[in-house]
Amino acid sequence: MTADQILFFIFGGVSLIGAIAVISFRHPIYSALSLIVTFFSQAGLFVLLGAHFVAAVQVIVYAGAIMVLFLFVIMLLNLGTLSAKGVLTGKLKGIAIVLGILFAAQGIYIAVNALTDTEVGSPEAIERAADLATNPIETYDIGILLFRDYLLPFEVTSLILLAALIGVIVLVKRENRVEN
Amino acid sequence: MSLEYYLILSALLFTIGVIGVLVRRNAIIIFMCIELMLNAANLAFVAISRNLGTAEGQLFVFFVMAVAAAEVAIGLAIIVSVFKHRETINVDEVNSLKG
Amino acid sequence: MEINLLEQIVIPIIKILFIAHLLIIGVMAMIWSERRVSGWMQDRLGPNRVGPQGLLQPIADGIKFLFKEDLIPNHVDKPLYVLAPAMLLVPAMITIAVVPFGNSITISGLEAPILLQIADINIGILFILAITSLGVYGVVIGAWASNNKYSLLGGLRSSAQMISYELTLGLAIIGVLMLSSSLSLRTIAVEQGAYPWKWNFLIHFPAFLAFTTAMFAETNRLPFDLAEAEQELVAGYHTEYSSMKFALFFMAEYMNMIVGSAVVVTLFLGGWHFFGLENLGGEGSILAGLISFAIFFIKTGIFLFVFIWVRWTLPRFRYDQLMNFGWKFLLPVTLTSIVVTGTLWVVVKENKQLWIGIGNAVAAFIVVAIVAGMLAMDNNSKSAVQSTPAAAPLRGLDAVE
Repeated sequence: MTADQILFFIFGGVSLIGAIAVISFRHPIYSALSLIVTFFSQAGLFVLLGAHFVAAVQVIVYAGAIMVLFLFVIMLLNLGTLSAKGVLTGKLKGIAIVLGILFAAQGIYIAVNALTDTEVGSPEAIERAADLATNPIETYDIGILLFRDYLLPFEVTSLILLAALIGVIVLVKRENRVEN
Repeated sequence: MSLEYYLILSALLFTIGVIGVLVRRNAIIIFMCIELMLNAANLAFVAISRNLGTAEGQLFVFFVMAVAAAEVAIGLAIIVSVFKHRETINVDEVNSLKG
Repeated sequence: MEINLLEQIVIPIIKILFIAHLLIIGVMAMIWSERRVSGWMQDRLGPNRVGPQGLLQPIADGIKFLFKEDLIPNHVDKPLYVLAPAMLLVPAMITIAVVPFGNSITISGLEAPILLQIADINIGILFILAITSLGVYGVVIGAWASNNKYSLLGGLRSSAQMISYELTLGLAIIGVLMLSSSLSLRTIAVEQGAYPWKWNFLIHFPAFLAFTTAMFAETNRLPFDLAEAEQELVAGYHTEYSSMKFALFFMAEYMNMIVGSAVVVTLFLGGWHFFGLENLGGEGSILAGLISFAIFFIKTGIFLFVFIWVRWTLPRFRYDQLMNFGWKFLLPVTLTSIVVTGTLWVVVKENKQLWIGIGNAVAAFIVVAIVAGMLAMDNNSKSAVQSTPAAAPLRGLDAVE
């Protein structure tokens, strides 16, 4: 086994364990921390795939900002006492898990088979991918793509963020008026 | 490492997210499971991008992250305001449209 | 793949051990100098009994911490309570890995010159932002696991503060990145050159001030230490900690200061460069390498002195003042700085750095004036009877309960 394979199994294993922990812990704080572990090992996987910039942004955005917000809300609402009956029980839980396993089987089937006749296996793609080993995708390349070829989607994203910003302000302001 | 392994891992992570949404009743944890699913998709994007030898897949990850950030901000604000009204965030108990 | 044992394994390990120990010794030196300098500023002596000039005081402190009883209160969440100090200390230590602390040394017989830096990765500055953003978990988890109202309030304040000021931290460096067109800290330091008037702190003066301010907030130092405000919250997030676990929190704060100062020196103050001194003894010689390291060390030391100086100069912010300052002053200033830098870079043809420096300063002045004017008008239009707003997280909790 090469170093890359060993690292893949370490990061992949940790992210799977973390993901299972997210849905099994009773307390939201522990779930949130497990999710951070998953995100972090996913950043490791991104580095293995040669996407250093995405890995850094993954940690900054998910681990550094989004999960802190989650923790902030969990602490603010002091949710610990409510979590006792937070899980489905009995028959419903069984059905959910059976459906989940079916879903996973489908996903794996698609992952293994669906890409056979696509561009992924084509000679040009293999050549380009081999070229990446000596000439990796850098921040510069992503910047060029983002601000030239995909400028319109980028601007639309900023509109989405603006809409979210206004939405949050509206939600919070209404709360204040009710209090008064 | 071949592409299949990454895609299988991505499928498994996505499934765990789906099971979490189905099984857990706590709105915050359901929300975390949605983030998990988005991340599984990101992993597939980057893996396929690596195998295609282009940077577009990585670019899509940024768009997913931006949307995820917007969604978290709104979602958590809704959860907080629901909690202030009902004193619960169990999705089975938040079942009436008004009040 | 052939592995060169000496160059790829032995030398990196030596560098890592050297920097890790330097960091720990630096913490001890900071504890001593903080107390002595504080004493000097307040016209008293400070600790001077243990060893000459009290130099052994940090060791005495360390021994005391080690022999104290390691209390774990009954009401805490044990696994997280134990984990929290480590979660704060580890990010503080690993950020130093990408900071260049000197020029390179060429030794005959080796294939490549030895870089005085643990790892020169091409996303260096993003790595630093990513890892420092993890530091907040130590504080938040410690605060929550303590199961104590004061701690929880400290943790809430800290998480809100860190998210707010991280934005400024990230935006303030964008102008610097635009001019050096690289994310590698070594390239940024090299680009600035040897002369102080070409360093980034003059070209991006508003961004430099904003970055420094945000760094004070990120390290929880006065005037931004609301997370551990003694008069309001006993000791904030580490109220329930004692013995070595408290010492870890304490060390992490000082390590954050040292690493933060090193990053500021690299980004804005020219790194290891100083004109006239850097190539003494020939380019790449051992002497030049040591001198460059000494220059970096002295610059970082001066910046650390500023940390102590500010601590005894400015009083603590109120919570709403903190949020207003971060969102209404620092954020607009850094955003304008990005726009001005980008525009002038395209428009101006010669003397770019000079004009960008002037443009940034003028734009920041205008923005601050506008924001201050708007705030003043806002205050006038409200009636004078309105009471001072209470601390926001406190109000949030009241509303929930």
